[in-house]
Amino acid sequence: MTGDINSGRLSPEQIRRNFSDLHPPLNELQAQQESARCLFCHDAPCTEACPTGIDIPGFIRKITSGNYRGAATTILAENIMGGTCANVCPVEELCEQVCVRNTAEDKPVIIGQLQRFATDHLFELGIQPFKRAKDSGKHIAVIGAGPAGLSCAHRLAVLGHQVTVYESRDRPGGLNEYGLAAYKMLHRRAASEVAFILDIGGINMETGRSLGVDFDLAELRRKYDAVFIGLGHNAVHALGLENENAPGVYNAVEFIERIRQQDLGSLPVGRNVVVIGGGNTAIDIAVQMKKLGAETVTMVYRRGYPQMGATGYEQHVAQTNGVLIRTQAQPVCINTDAGQLASIEFEYTVMDGAGRPAGTGETFVLPADQLFKAIGQSLDTTPLGNGDTPHVTAGRIAVNNEQRTSLPDVWAGGDCTPGDDLTVIAVQDGKLAAHSIDEYLNHG
Amino acid sequence: MADLSCNIAGVSSPNPFWLASAPPTDKRYNVERAFEAGWGGVVWKTLGEEGPPVVNVSSRYGSIDYNGQRMIGLNNIELITDRPLQVNLDEITAVKKAWPDRAVVVSLMVPCTEQAWRDILKKVEQTGCDGVELNFGCPHGMSERGMGAAVGQVPEYIQEVTGWCKTHTELPVFVKLTPNISDIRRPARAAHTGGADAVSLINTINSIVSIDLDSMAPTPTVAGKGVHGGYCGPAVRPIALSMVSEIARDPQTAELPISGIGGIGNWRDAAEFIALGCGSVQVCTAAMRYGFRIIDDMLDGLNNWMDDKGYHRLEDFRGAAVPNVTDWQYLDLNYKTIAAIDQDKCIDCGLCHITCEDTSHQAISAHRDENGQRSYTVIDEECVGCNLCYLVCPVPACITMVEVDNGKPYLNWGGHPNNPMREA
Repeated sequence: MTGDINSGRLSPEQIRRNFSDLHPPLNELQAQQESARCLFCHDAPCTEACPTGIDIPGFIRKITSGNYRGAATTILAENIMGGTCANVCPVEELCEQVCVRNTAEDKPVIIGQLQRFATDHLFELGIQPFKRAKDSGKHIAVIGAGPAGLSCAHRLAVLGHQVTVYESRDRPGGLNEYGLAAYKMLHRRAASEVAFILDIGGINMETGRSLGVDFDLAELRRKYDAVFIGLGHNAVHALGLENENAPGVYNAVEFIERIRQQDLGSLPVGRNVVVIGGGNTAIDIAVQMKKLGAETVTMVYRRGYPQMGATGYEQHVAQTNGVLIRTQAQPVCINTDAGQLASIEFEYTVMDGAGRPAGTGETFVLPADQLFKAIGQSLDTTPLGNGDTPHVTAGRIAVNNEQRTSLPDVWAGGDCTPGDDLTVIAVQDGKLAAHSIDEYLNHG
Repeated sequence: MADLSCNIAGVSSPNPFWLASAPPTDKRYNVERAFEAGWGGVVWKTLGEEGPPVVNVSSRYGSIDYNGQRMIGLNNIELITDRPLQVNLDEITAVKKAWPDRAVVVSLMVPCTEQAWRDILKKVEQTGCDGVELNFGCPHGMSERGMGAAVGQVPEYIQEVTGWCKTHTELPVFVKLTPNISDIRRPARAAHTGGADAVSLINTINSIVSIDLDSMAPTPTVAGKGVHGGYCGPAVRPIALSMVSEIARDPQTAELPISGIGGIGNWRDAAEFIALGCGSVQVCTAAMRYGFRIIDDMLDGLNNWMDDKGYHRLEDFRGAAVPNVTDWQYLDLNYKTIAAIDQDKCIDCGLCHITCEDTSHQAISAHRDENGQRSYTVIDEECVGCNLCYLVCPVPACITMVEVDNGKPYLNWGGHPNNPMREA
């Protein structure tokens, strides 16, 4: 039988449990015990590994003394999305990877969870720890209300500038709202974080306004003192195979968006699910389809484990959730039955001398009711227009170390610029850009 | 298998671990549980004179926690037993009869008259106990009534009361000393002169463990108010060790048996007190934190350590550290150590560097190589051998203090050229 796709494969209660927090929050006792493990290193490797440069030993020390509000403020001063990043940062490749406690004990301080403890505390109190500087009379446009745009907007607002944020979707938050796995980013956390960011004041949010459709870059450059572009990714890669748009075949990012926005019990879930890709998006869709009740979920990646974009920890999460990861195989044919997805034929690969996967000619077939494509996203520069546009290199908007583009009054950051596609890096880009813009507006 | 049996001032017990006079020894029920667990002896919680017993408050203990560890220091504002005298005497009698091999010493505190002491001693003698301990130490409540530390802080009173007790009983007399004085040798000498068979120390230290920042009152708080109480537990052990050593190396009291008290929580702590000359040790806080079963490791650990060292009985190492406790003026100023960092063990926390840099001698350099790899290196010429880095380093044996053979002879301050008063 093909096209075995149904909603509500699991009871609402089971789904609710499956989508509860990946890591339950630390209670106060756990936070105290864990924070006591921090050695308060000098020249701390964790701080250096944090793309936003959070004073990690400093905030953990504040937890040990019971100064939780101060701990949260230390975090948010460098990373206004410290709450989200506490949940979604690949800490095993950043701060926790370099924790000196790994060396002798093979067990880092769980910095991410301590960060969550501190930021949750502040959010629960509803405290606004930041104040705006005196109004500068300057007005900056920010395109995109994702992590980069919001970070930039917040820092500009703190520095006393007026900001208008243009967001094409109905709700601000970007990937935090639409793209993160639901079990990593519990419902409403993204929205309350956006509310916290906007609470600083001076930020005007214009949702449902798309660049290249409702306005253009030249117009913003005329109207505002500076412009920040935080477009993120706005296009997904295609497999380039026939039947790629057959019923049952989905773009993973689009489906993840549905998971975040729709009632989980109403989502279509196949009995046999195949995911193509090796990054964290592939993991996110694979794990969530399993949590929604798919009987088998197979993730297929054309290279080997070491080349996977997904971290070892993410792979572990997938495997312990019952996802089968297969490597060294690439799709060669999408088979349909009566127009409906039926199976995918894969060809085994080996790595050639140049580190590329080469097909061996041998194949296997995986029956599939649903296929999710998670082979990468990219920047479609069409919305930037044809006039005076910032330089684009290798598919991303080129920026210097202050996030300045080739245009004198335009900055950019986040996934639309070079670098790893991480929330924490987008936040840092936005922050750096804000300071650069501030410098430019104050001193030319 | 070492022989752990102990005899101090004529009181013998199968091992040197006694429970100190405190809440754990207030009742037959507790004491028998302790003996069942293996404790060698108890000092029964302090008895007062005949008549209506004292009244204790509700909320009695406060403690210091540190970095996730509970009860690094404990303080209490409890008084002596609040049970009728006869009840205690009857229970002591029954316990001693049931446990003849264990040491049962009875702590006493009565007003400062010969009559009062004679009366209580006569009653206590009837119990068959092994000795008495004069509580001259309790720093709160009783001292305000002219007892406890109020006696212990005046050497003349100690001598006089001890003398009365020696006159009126044949039982061995232990005098428990308060640390809330400036020179512990003076009360110890007074006890010795008064005829004491032994001293027990230290009693608790005057303390306020914390101020509750909401109620703005000391803890423990009784209806919004608090008082200073007696501090004990691991935090006071260094003070106790120092005071014990002072008495052990004072020529006037060198032969006076000592029952060591103060933050003893395991066999190693006990061995340290015995090495400073103690004949028995008394424990309270550790038992109050974990229960009586801690005795198991105390006995087992002491025994194993003694076996490893080739000690057959406590006397084999009792007092062994006393000759090595000296006065600063006799320390060898030519002795030199410097820190050495084992780079293979170093985890790059940088604590040795930052503490030396900020607070000591700028003798550990911090370096980042072209790959960003950190390294911390001792600058031998700057290192004064203070031990700070060795103490802050979180990795065992990563930093060691290495003796430098500088070929220089022993030289103390007395003969040092910088000493204007040096001996010719």
